[in-house]
Amino acid sequence: MKPRIPSTLVIGYGNPSRGDDALAPLLLDALRERAAWNMDEVELLIDFQLQVEHVLDLEGRRQVVFVDAAQCGPAPFRFDLIQASAFPAPATHALSPQALLAVYLSHYGVDAPPSRVLAIRGYSFGLGQELSAGARQNLEAALALLVPWLSQSDADRPRVCGASTALPAGD
Amino acid sequence: MSQNLETAANPGPLRRIAIDPLSRVEGHGKVTILVDEANRIHQVRLHIVEFRGFERFIVGRPYWEVPVMVQRLCGICPVSHHLAASKALDVVVGARRLTRSAQMLRRLMHYGQILQSHALHFFYLASPDLLFGFDSEVSRRNIVGVATAHSDTARRGILLRKFGQEVIRITAGKRVHGTGSIPGGVNKAVTAAERDLLLQNIYEIIAWSRDAVALVKRLHNQHPALYNSFGAFRSKILSLVGRDGNMDLYDGVLRARDENGAILFDGVEPDQYLDIIEEQVKPWSYMKFPYLRALGADKGWYRVGPLSRVQNCDSIPTPLAEIERREFMDYSGAMPLHAPLAYHWARMIEMLHAAETIKDLLHDPAILGGDLVVQGARTSSGIGVIEAPRGTLIHHYGVDENDLVTMCNLIVSTTHNNQVMNEAVREVARRYLDGREINEGLLNHIEVVIRAFDPCLSCATHALGKMPLVVELRTLEGDLIDSRARD
Repeated sequence: MKPRIPSTLVIGYGNPSRGDDALAPLLLDALRERAAWNMDEVELLIDFQLQVEHVLDLEGRRQVVFVDAAQCGPAPFRFDLIQASAFPAPATHALSPQALLAVYLSHYGVDAPPSRVLAIRGYSFGLGQELSAGARQNLEAALALLVPWLSQSDADRPRVCGASTALPAGD
Repeated sequence: MSQNLETAANPGPLRRIAIDPLSRVEGHGKVTILVDEANRIHQVRLHIVEFRGFERFIVGRPYWEVPVMVQRLCGICPVSHHLAASKALDVVVGARRLTRSAQMLRRLMHYGQILQSHALHFFYLASPDLLFGFDSEVSRRNIVGVATAHSDTARRGILLRKFGQEVIRITAGKRVHGTGSIPGGVNKAVTAAERDLLLQNIYEIIAWSRDAVALVKRLHNQHPALYNSFGAFRSKILSLVGRDGNMDLYDGVLRARDENGAILFDGVEPDQYLDIIEEQVKPWSYMKFPYLRALGADKGWYRVGPLSRVQNCDSIPTPLAEIERREFMDYSGAMPLHAPLAYHWARMIEMLHAAETIKDLLHDPAILGGDLVVQGARTSSGIGVIEAPRGTLIHHYGVDENDLVTMCNLIVSTTHNNQVMNEAVREVARRYLDGREINEGLLNHIEVVIRAFDPCLSCATHALGKMPLVVELRTLEGDLIDSRARD
């Protein structure tokens, strides 16, 4: 029998050795430490980059949250619904979350699970740098958003679908 | 038009076109093309910002941390760095010869990396250009377009990639930041259940890899004039080969051939690399230009990667890939095939070889257990060379009596290929762009030839908010004429 797949996937990606690019892995580490929620319903996945095979991780979820560091945009974070979008031939090997959803659609023939990007503002991305003070603050703000949300039971947790969501967005 | 296009004779009145992948915060590539008012090409340069800071990052750390730390150098082939560092540090811990189990487990990990990397490149990066055409509709020229028009091809690409990642997860212990390889050996064997899981799919993986070779071969045969000439130039080749002369992507000796395929040197031990390779600095590029020391900088530059490896070895020690290698060699005839688009064909032959090798290793009981680590008399330095998916990868470390790294030198595949990628870009610019109004499709020709080498321009970090590609047309005075951005 196929093992039950947690309904929510939180996938964080970034390079832990590059300053604020570690935001997403650190957020997921902190989530794991503060795992008050039912882990049967939430899976935390850390990687360097989004790649095509991550479409297979999305299958069977009720919702997906992509977590990444942002080099621009508002602090402490943005939390946006995203849609699948096609993309031109890439110059790099990594995929954007929107492109991954587009690959999902073409791979499975149906829309990907409702998905959001949590883009936590970072400021300094040098090799070997520690997390910057500003990024640390933003990380805490992002945790303050996600921890209670993930702690809710699956039935009570608002789904990240539609334009209106109970989740606050960063300003 | 200037003859070699590396440096314009009189750049003053020329316009400057830049194809500038601002790829996150790590290394990035940029193509600059100087054209006059009649769009005649005067200078073409590919700049890649090499990431030398990582070497300083490693210095001062305990040597046993290094095989894990270096994986953060590259998000695409971390296993190659993991294993090259391990090989170098085997020497430091006195492990001159690993146990058979450790060797087989490392090989399994490495060929899993080769398979997943080659699958990613061909199906995701290269196939849109190859299947639709270099100047086809840009909105279609991507993996989604491939998935729509060639759904089975796209699906297989994803599953091949996933299978390679599973091999890595099982052998390295984790999906990312694996710790499986350590100085002196490995720290875990494969369980029978893990082996059986991989065996369930391996024959399908081999069949799909064969189909991928057939696909790229068909493309060559359908368009031989294009595939044999696009960006083509003659160069020397370098790679590891096994000590028996056969293809070996994990270990062996260095062999080089000249433009006609004649052997320049053979059997050079990897720890002698400094005797044969030197690096040149050019004022216009951050990245160094390696060359064969005996031939000098002007004549000694060379090519690495699948196209070199398939033509440098005597044979491939797995039957299906060897059949394909022979067909490839028959196609090229008496002289080596120098066309960059032949990289794709060679890459798929290697992917098939990797799949067959994984199958053989899964049937080897040595991967299930036995002694995993050896040590011997400590030394103060070690060199590890491996054939990474993109080509020869060299790791060189010095370690002091306190176990701290005192010196680190890395020569990555993209650095080896610096000069040849520049030559390829110039060939394409000379043939397709010179004297023409330059549009997106023509600029994509430049990207197509760069992609053929599968350079690793930006791998280790990817924070949101940077555009992977910006194309700018500027006057020499810096005034922006035109700009294109891709996200």
